[in-house]
Order: sequence, then structure tokens, then C-alpha cells
Amino acid sequence: MTDSTWQPTSSHQARLARATLLRRVRQFFDERDVLEVETPLLSHGTVTDVYLDAFATQFDGGGGQPATPLFLQTSPEYAMKRLLCAQSGPIYQICKAFRHEGEGRWHNPEFTMLEWYRPGFDHQALMDEVDALLQVCLDTPGATRHAYQALFLHYLNIDPLTADKSVLIDALDRHSIDIDSPQSLSTDSLLQLLFGAVIEPQIGHNAPAFVYGFPASQAALARLNSDDPRTADRFELYYQGAELANGFFELSDASEQQQRFRQDNAQRNTLNLPERPVDHHLLDALKSGLPSCAGVALGLDRLLMIQLGASHIHDVLNFPLSRA
Amino acid sequence: MANISTNEFKGGLKIMLDGEPCTIMENEYVKPGKGQAFNRVKIRKLISGKVLEKTFRSGETVESADVVDTELAYLYTDGEFYHFMNNETFEQIAADEKAVGDNVKWLVENDVCTITLWNGSPITVTPPNFVELEITETDPGLKGDTAGTGGKPATLSTGAVVRVPLFVQTGEVIKVDTRSGEYASRAQK
Repeated sequence: MTDSTWQPTSSHQARLARATLLRRVRQFFDERDVLEVETPLLSHGTVTDVYLDAFATQFDGGGGQPATPLFLQTSPEYAMKRLLCAQSGPIYQICKAFRHEGEGRWHNPEFTMLEWYRPGFDHQALMDEVDALLQVCLDTPGATRHAYQALFLHYLNIDPLTADKSVLIDALDRHSIDIDSPQSLSTDSLLQLLFGAVIEPQIGHNAPAFVYGFPASQAALARLNSDDPRTADRFELYYQGAELANGFFELSDASEQQQRFRQDNAQRNTLNLPERPVDHHLLDALKSGLPSCAGVALGLDRLLMIQLGASHIHDVLNFPLSRA
Repeated sequence: MANISTNEFKGGLKIMLDGEPCTIMENEYVKPGKGQAFNRVKIRKLISGKVLEKTFRSGETVESADVVDTELAYLYTDGEFYHFMNNETFEQIAADEKAVGDNVKWLVENDVCTITLWNGSPITVTPPNFVELEITETDPGLKGDTAGTGGKPATLSTGAVVRVPLFVQTGEVIKVDTRSGEYASRAQK
């Protein structure tokens, strides 16, 4: 029998759709005077996020020099923020991102990301623009918007900003989510389990759904909300079963950023995960001043899956990891 | 027994859960962009037949189950055990009543069944999808009714009772779908 794994897993139709999608995206930003940029995929620093694992490699200096550790980017966020600090103005990038994590229907460790930044926008204004992009590329109906807290109150009768772990563990039971020793999960992981199993299946069927106002403990690189600092100005976009995009009204305070990096690494220590080298270029850039801006990252492969009604990410990738 | 990571989970994989061997029916990897990864898994317990859903933390390990399927021909029962034979090696295996369960009514001599072994012992016996059995008792039915509407109960040689069309009579051999327990056709002569 001939081995057929040299062949692509995508159809020619999927390749045509990808080319069209890329063209439309570029046209969309061109019309809005957003500049296309490129930044390195390999970097000396990387993200400290506890649940983001970067692929690591090294550059052998030669001539007896010690090898330099390098990381494949999990997103172009840090480098793009450095451009913003250097007065680039509005920018976007279409690039590969890499995450050292499992494979699945919606997951390939190497994937294509569209990321863009808008000086002068807050997260609400950026949601408008994401919505406009989806309407142009996918012909979607206008998106809906939901506060994270309101969704939990509506579907679970739980206030996610005040509930303690026992309340969340009871809710797991009530919704038949069976997991060993749930007490050992963090409050955020419990909230994410409930969100994924109970709320996500209820939203974003007919129209894309934005969720904003995540708990401050899940702020990542978003600033805290000025009216309710228990929440962060972060949003996610859900559509037809996929988490499509994640955006922030960007944190610009260098010292708070440094503190979040430190907290991440401390948490990595308690979980026996390796500490990550902090990206000093980013911290230096933030110290010199990041213009007030909002930014978002959107998974283009998933967008293509939805456009084509594909059931697996392999259907829109030429060579998924197993064939790469 | 070896441990298996959730990264190796896929349909058909056999694992231990609550001391019982199970088969994975579906596995979905779930990972929020900014959160912890989980595997949502649908599992069938192989002894009780119970289907359940379970969530694992991605990267955690579970014990694998030494479960294999073998194709063996049914020989006979001695009243306590049911004896099967490998038609190639002539090796024999005895399954108890618990392993055979309700499928006892579909056991036909020389039919090749799937015997699932856990640590070498039979835990389930699955008959072929279709078996041929003789009707030992059924009402004569109405003369002239050939359309077979409605049907009537018929008792088969193994004690199984199935609904058959009115035109089928005692002494005839019929083909039955063992998965649904329904009449399929008269047996080909």
C-alpha cells in the first residue's frame, strides 16, 4: 500500500477560500489606513502566561560561544507593541503563531493569526471594527455583546466576580461535569470549565457574540475597567462553537505589566512549570510610552473553518502537524 | 499496567476508570486561549455498559486497560460456562454467564462471536450482527395475509422472542438482527 501522508489534508476549494480571505483582510485594512507589518517569529523573550507554552529552541553562537535560547512566538503582541511605542500608528499583521499544546478539532500547534492595534480605540470601538471585518469577510449578521458577569448570572445563577470555589464546584455537579478533585483547580479554571461547558454552547449560533468584562484575574494584558476594577477591559469573540478572537484595551503601565509578569512566574513556580525570561524590550518600550490603544488577535484558520463549514482544522490546513 | 497521557486519547482507546475497563468513544481537546487545557471524554464502561462523560486535565495520566477483542466460534454450554474456540489455534476459552449476559439468546453453534478479554478473561461476548434461528413456536396466523402487516411474536430455538410477519411459520429458519433484536428476513436455503 502506498503511504498517502505526503498529500495535503485540505481541498483545493479550501486553498482558494484562504487566498480570497487573505485578500479581503488586506483590502479591509488598506481602506482604513492600517499598515501591514512584519515582526520576528523567533524571539529572546517570551510570554510568562501560565497556560501558554512556547516552543523553545536555541541559536548556537559558534566559536565556543554559549548557545542562546530562543522561543517561537505564541503571538506577535510584544513586538507589535514595541512598534506602537515607536510611533508606528495603526498596524496589523498576518503571521504564524506557535503553541506547544494539544491537537484537536480547533487546535493545531502552528496556526495563522491576524493581529491588529488601533491607537485611540478602546475595547468597545475595536469590537465594532472586528464586527465590521466579519461582516465583510464572512457576511455575518451584526454581532451581539454580552457582559461576562451577566452571562454567568443568566445561565448559571452565579456571580462570577464574587462566587467562591465551593459555589463553582456545586455548579459543576449540577451540570454533570465530572472531574477528579475539582478543589485543586483554581477559581479561574473552574470559571473557564463552566463557561466552556454551559455558556459557550448557548451563545454565538446565529450571529458572532462578543463577551467582555472578564474577571480581573483573567485580565492578561488588558487594563482594568475604570468603573469596576473587579473586571478587565478584555473581550473574546465566540461564533459557531469557536473561540475566534481575544482583544484588550491595552495595559500601558510598565510597572503593572512587570508585576503581572512576576506574578505569572511565581505561579509557574508553584505549578512546577519553568520560569520564563521576561521580555525586557517590551518593558523598556512601555516605559517610553505606549499610546492609548486597543488590540485584538483573531484565528484565521478557525474563521476559514466557519466560512467553509469544516468540522476539523485539518480541512483548512494543507499540512497539519502530523504531516508537516 | 502502563500509564497513558490524555495527549494519546482517541476513539477506541481502552483505559481503567473506577477499577473498571472502559473504551473511549469520543475525545475533545478544549483549551481557552488564556486558560487551562482539558479533555472532555465520552466513555463506555465495558462491564456495566454504562456510558458517561468525564473531564480530565490535559497532560494527566490514567492507567491503560489490557483489553483485546478476539474472534471465537461458539461451541456449547455446560450449564455454567459457555465454551468458545479459536478456529485457527483450536485454543478454547470459557465465558461465564455474566460475560454472556442477555446475548445468550443469540448464541448459535459454530457462529463466530467477538469475545472481549480483560487481562485474559472474557468480559463481554458480542454475537454476529445477524444470526439464523429456527422458530419453535408461533401462532399459525391468518390465511391470505401475505403483506405481513402487524406481525406476531415467535419463540426461537434459543428462547429468544421476536416479532415476525404473519406469513412466517413454526419450523422455519429466520434471520435476526442481534443489535436491535428485530426480524430481518427468512433464511436463505
